[in-house]
Amino acid sequence: MPLLEIRGLTVEFPTHAGLFRAVDGVDLTVEPGDVLGIVGESGSGKSVSMLAIMGLLPKNARITAERLAFDGHDLRGLSARQRRKLVGKDMAIIFQEPMTSLNPCFTVGYQLKESLRVHEGLSGAALQRRAVELLEKVGIPAPESRLRAFPHQLSGGMNQRVMIAIGIACNPRLLIADEPTTALDVTIQKQILDLLVDLQRERGMALVMITHDMGVVAETAQRVCVMYAGQIMEQQPSEALFTRPHHPYTAALLDALPERALGRDRLPTIPGVVPGLHDRPAGCLFNPRCQNAQAHCRAVLPALAKQGPQALRCFYPVNDSNLVSGDAR
Amino acid sequence: MSAALRDQTPAAAEAPVLQARDLTRHYAVKRGLFKEPASVKALDGVSFDLQAGRTLAVVGESGCGKSTLARLVTMIETPTAGQLVLSGQDVTNISGGALKAVRKNVQIVFQDPYASLNPRKRVGAILEEALKINTDMSAAERRAAAEAMMAKVGLRPEFYNRYPHMFSGGQRQRIAIARALMLRPKVVVADEPVSALDLSVQAQVLNLLMDLQQEFKLAYLFVSHNLSVVRHIADEVLVMYLGRPAEHGPKEAIFSHPRHPYTKALLSATPQVNPALRAERIPLKGELPSPLNPPSGCAFHKRCPYATERCSQERPALRPVDGRQVACHYAESIG
Amino acid sequence: MAVTDNLDTAPAAQPLPPTAPPGPFRAFWLAFAENRGALIGLGIIVFVCVLAIFADILAPYSPIEQYRDNILQPPVWQEGGTWAFPLGTDDIGRDMLSRLIYGARLSLIIGFSVVTLSLVVGVALGLVAGYFRGVLDTAIMRLMDIMLALPSLLLAIVIVAILGPSLGNAMVAVSIVTLPHYVRLTRASVLSEGSKDYVVASKVAGAGSLRLMVVTILPNCLAPLIVSGTLGFSTAILDAAALGFLGLGAQPPTPEWGTMLASALQFVQRAWWVVTFPGLAILVTVLAFNLMGDGLRDALDPKLKR
Repeated sequence: MPLLEIRGLTVEFPTHAGLFRAVDGVDLTVEPGDVLGIVGESGSGKSVSMLAIMGLLPKNARITAERLAFDGHDLRGLSARQRRKLVGKDMAIIFQEPMTSLNPCFTVGYQLKESLRVHEGLSGAALQRRAVELLEKVGIPAPESRLRAFPHQLSGGMNQRVMIAIGIACNPRLLIADEPTTALDVTIQKQILDLLVDLQRERGMALVMITHDMGVVAETAQRVCVMYAGQIMEQQPSEALFTRPHHPYTAALLDALPERALGRDRLPTIPGVVPGLHDRPAGCLFNPRCQNAQAHCRAVLPALAKQGPQALRCFYPVNDSNLVSGDAR
Repeated sequence: MSAALRDQTPAAAEAPVLQARDLTRHYAVKRGLFKEPASVKALDGVSFDLQAGRTLAVVGESGCGKSTLARLVTMIETPTAGQLVLSGQDVTNISGGALKAVRKNVQIVFQDPYASLNPRKRVGAILEEALKINTDMSAAERRAAAEAMMAKVGLRPEFYNRYPHMFSGGQRQRIAIARALMLRPKVVVADEPVSALDLSVQAQVLNLLMDLQQEFKLAYLFVSHNLSVVRHIADEVLVMYLGRPAEHGPKEAIFSHPRHPYTKALLSATPQVNPALRAERIPLKGELPSPLNPPSGCAFHKRCPYATERCSQERPALRPVDGRQVACHYAESIG
Repeated sequence: MAVTDNLDTAPAAQPLPPTAPPGPFRAFWLAFAENRGALIGLGIIVFVCVLAIFADILAPYSPIEQYRDNILQPPVWQEGGTWAFPLGTDDIGRDMLSRLIYGARLSLIIGFSVVTLSLVVGVALGLVAGYFRGVLDTAIMRLMDIMLALPSLLLAIVIVAILGPSLGNAMVAVSIVTLPHYVRLTRASVLSEGSKDYVVASKVAGAGSLRLMVVTILPNCLAPLIVSGTLGFSTAILDAAALGFLGLGAQPPTPEWGTMLASALQFVQRAWWVVTFPGLAILVTVLAFNLMGDGLRDALDPKLKR
């Protein structure tokens, strides 16, 4: 049974100028022990979709889904209390900015113990021991004294390790990492990514890594999902995606990587902008910027075609795809 | 013009437009009423030459001093020691009227496109500000100049009357670049100009920067922590650690066979999409040291996998090894 | 050199976005108008302004003319009242309605003058303190701290006592007393905006200190100042009324609401209308300014936070 099953997830926000669809019909499945990478640029909806699953979106967000289940439990109808039992315990999330994700008024130890106190019911000496164990696990030296430190006394890398410790404190089955290393220096980023991968392997947790950095995803994920303007455009096993992308957007994005342009002066670019609230095109959302776009693309929205670990939303894919989309309803 | 052709341009024949010699910048940090203020060596002995039409990339992580270097070169701050020479003129301790006259030669593009434009001013006013202060062009002339520059960076003319918050990150960065070029500077300091942008927009802005460099013969001081971007755009690379230069030389030499352990670690830590380009893994332990309390001897010795007793006692000098400058006692044997 | 990757053209024909996003004033108005209370406050203030401007036309009588035959006449809906004096008369026969209308003019002038004076001086001091830091900053802020340490009304009374009781002096006193608030507000804004990139960019473009302070930084500090100024209006009216109440502000026969209140206290049982109407006028006007100020804050601050 898949650990996380999402079908038809749509998230809309009411704004002055109308309803803004941040996430549009996302289908995702995460098996236990999977490492899934979700890549996309700003406005792709990657963070919003994961926040929607965790129930962390503002109250005015409208979340609808055909199926939204974690470990068989339907997440849609959960009461706040039932949700609190899951979130933080079986499903955990770590965020981008370690400096602002931790409460500056409380010590690191207090925040770490909070999760253990609430979900596991620990207290006293057992609580302290477990907290020290967790800090050791994430590679923080001198954990006893660090527990008494405040977030501003620790560096960005340290704070992110603390966040990870809080995230894994209750042995979650699913850990969502929302741009966990974007705000960190490159060498520290490497340490944190290695830590996440080690923890994932050791505990058999599913790891969902949201990022805009293609390199990070290429080095950590088994399966990669590419999102654009709230929709999933392509999903493939990691190596296949980076060597033979099937969706024109993925191909264009990979072409724009500086590391691919060795020797050439100008980087290939994608003309146009990501559609906002006012200018969502008819048909395929990428069609105004796509080199391959045909009349059909401008008229009809392609459906998400799925086959095993692969998915594709394109009528005219590139690089010999064995998947082609049909028309969406 | 292909990259190969660019590298053949005889750089030595042209006089450098910007020269730095042993630039140093200390900050006094107060530690309370009764203790002596501590001295933070944000920058400690950086030297380089920069020619017109070339890009020097300054690479490093937090606390390496690259932002301080940017501020010194843009003459926002004065160096504590060392010398800065702009087109043959010593501008190290320049101030007042002389500074104002020299300002137009060095301009800056910032990292955060959301903070670098005045939210209360329209695009036209932002672009024309430098002209208003430094020239006596009429309003019509200024407007014409602003619109010409907007066209050059790919902004539509009707954006002239809009406010910054109406634009995306990439467009704002274009405005910032246009603003930097209004005075036709010789040197442009680009402080992480594409770090905050999406990948596809990053490519557009990088192309724009390279086109403008070619057209206006600009010298770029390109500060970045993103090694893939640096590899694409730089001619020369200066790797810094805790305010000191670690390695300095031509781009290809540094990327293909780095000699300093920190450079190797940086390269290996940079995530690459293409597995063939992934460098041999050099795990680095520990955190970046605090500039308030720098390690003795070589700043990197506490995290260096090759460190010896000598490294903790003797600070390595920057010396020529294998076609570039390296500050490491064992540069020859490493790599 | 043609920039081929112009950000806003695309291979397939796409209609251009119809209009630019709303400019700052229109966007502000949309946000402001969402707040019902703020709109009501604005409406009342507009009404009071109209009264003040057209007092000469609207008021049925002169505010200082005494009608000895109609002393302490009740309002029209009570027994003994007439339509000639709809809100009654005071103890020396002056028409309440006319005095209230002319009083509006005075109150608005007071509020406007006090706020303007305080803002101008306060912003200047705050800018200098926040921009130059160091000794200048310390000197200015400690002076403000001293002023804040004294209760504002007492300080105002002392100033008026020194200068002599009159409406003008009362306004000066209230301006001085509200000064520290604006200085601190401005200084805080200058400190937070002054380190931002766009200020450095202007510096690199060659802007001098004065230009940086006034043209670059100040417009970005305006939002909290506007809100504060609006709320300061109501404080000014209240303080002037308090001073008038104590006999230190407007002198009779000036129809200032606070003075009217003061001189009529003795009649609170016999002739409630002489006391109540000026009090109500103060209440409603102050409330209106507070509502509008809250609306302004809600409309201006979120944009600033972005």
